[in-house]
Amino acid sequence: MALLADGCLERNAWICGDYVSSRSDEIMAALREHVSLTVSAVGYGTLIAVPLVLAARRRPVLAAWISGATSALYTVPSLAFFAILLPFTGLSRTSVLIGLIAYTLVILFRGFHTGLGSVPPEVRAAAVGMGYGPTRLLVTVELPLALPSVMAALRVATVSTIALTTVGATIGHGGLGDLIYDGLGSTFKAEVLTASVLCVLLAVTADLLFVAAQWLLTPWRHGTRGSPGARRTPGPPGAPGG
Amino acid sequence: MSMLIETASWLADGRNWSGHEGIPARLGEHLVLSGASVGIAAALALPLGTALGHAGRGGTLAINISNVGRAVPTFAVLVLLAIGPFGIGDTTTIAALTLFALAPLVTNSYVGVREIDGDAREAARGMGMSGWQILRGVELPLAAPMIIIGLRLAAVQVVGTATIAALIGGGGLGRFVVDGLARHDDPQIVGGAVLVAALALAVDGVLLGAQRLLAPRGGPTGRSPVGT
Repeated sequence: MALLADGCLERNAWICGDYVSSRSDEIMAALREHVSLTVSAVGYGTLIAVPLVLAARRRPVLAAWISGATSALYTVPSLAFFAILLPFTGLSRTSVLIGLIAYTLVILFRGFHTGLGSVPPEVRAAAVGMGYGPTRLLVTVELPLALPSVMAALRVATVSTIALTTVGATIGHGGLGDLIYDGLGSTFKAEVLTASVLCVLLAVTADLLFVAAQWLLTPWRHGTRGSPGARRTPGPPGAPGG
Repeated sequence: MSMLIETASWLADGRNWSGHEGIPARLGEHLVLSGASVGIAAALALPLGTALGHAGRGGTLAINISNVGRAVPTFAVLVLLAIGPFGIGDTTTIAALTLFALAPLVTNSYVGVREIDGDAREAARGMGMSGWQILRGVELPLAAPMIIIGLRLAAVQVVGTATIAALIGGGGLGRFVVDGLARHDDPQIVGGAVLVAALALAVDGVLLGAQRLLAPRGGPTGRSPVGT
């Protein structure tokens, strides 16, 4: 530490222990905001996507409409999205959150819908034949079988939300992005690099948590093929990223 | 409601449509930045992705490039390059956007080639075609729809993301949004945002047309007949 701390702030070094230790409160606050925005965005996105998927499964026409509408939302650039909301919700966390939720919708809706759609019809027929009602069928048969696709969608949505949140810095609520934006103004290298690295680490950590959760939730898939934690292709290759 | 009217009048204002800071000039800058980035990314990613797919190796690499690509905030890359080696300017923007576009291009071209029916490849090999001939005559045509989807995805996302070039003082339509934010000029912010969204939708529409032309009978994973 003593070696790292020899005036790296004065030299404006990229890697600087002094920066991390002297500004740790600020860094932790930014990290907390980043996590909270991401969790809220993916959480609300899921809450909205689930009823949409259930509705779309009842009426296939709706599926095309919802898919089109969420894709259209996705074409609005993040910076522009946050800016468009300004007149209505101001320079607030809400503006950033609404934008982030809108982006998760297209990924979550497609992932959930594809997952439930891929349940083999004979499996569904067998459960119905055994007297399963629609809710029990969904919860005990369809959802577990759709889990890989559902988890893949959640992973992609979470990782891209973590990256997108940084742009929220333009309206003052970007979590770690705020540090990056601040560092841009003052050309403070350590601040920008530290925040960027933390962003990527956060995304990787979130991704690994999902892999672990999926492994725990799908015990019947263990050891059939490849290593237990083998990474699957994240969703359909056409699914948008961040 | 008044917001909509003010935005419409900003968009309709003739003064915003002329000069080197007018809408047409910014639109041109935006297209140049996006086009250069997607072009460079395609030149790097398509040969890499198709080669990996052809060799049937490096699948984990191709998929991981996509995962990592998603995790890296383009905004962070842009700022890192701007205060680092490249300084503020178009080179920095194009470098950051190129990195951003690589992931969907590598993944889609890899998956496109990889997912081709094994029988088609076997048949071609049985007919005595060399590896290079199989790639050119069988794999590339069959993978084309998927590759175009990747190109479309990359282009739309780059057009949207190019907006943040303005954050480091670059040009493009993002200028209206960023300058508007600085001046608290809401109609200009929303006007700029509408323009970028419209451009993204237009680019998506044009490339969708190209996709349909190239794959008239193929679905997303296109199994169109091999051209003679």
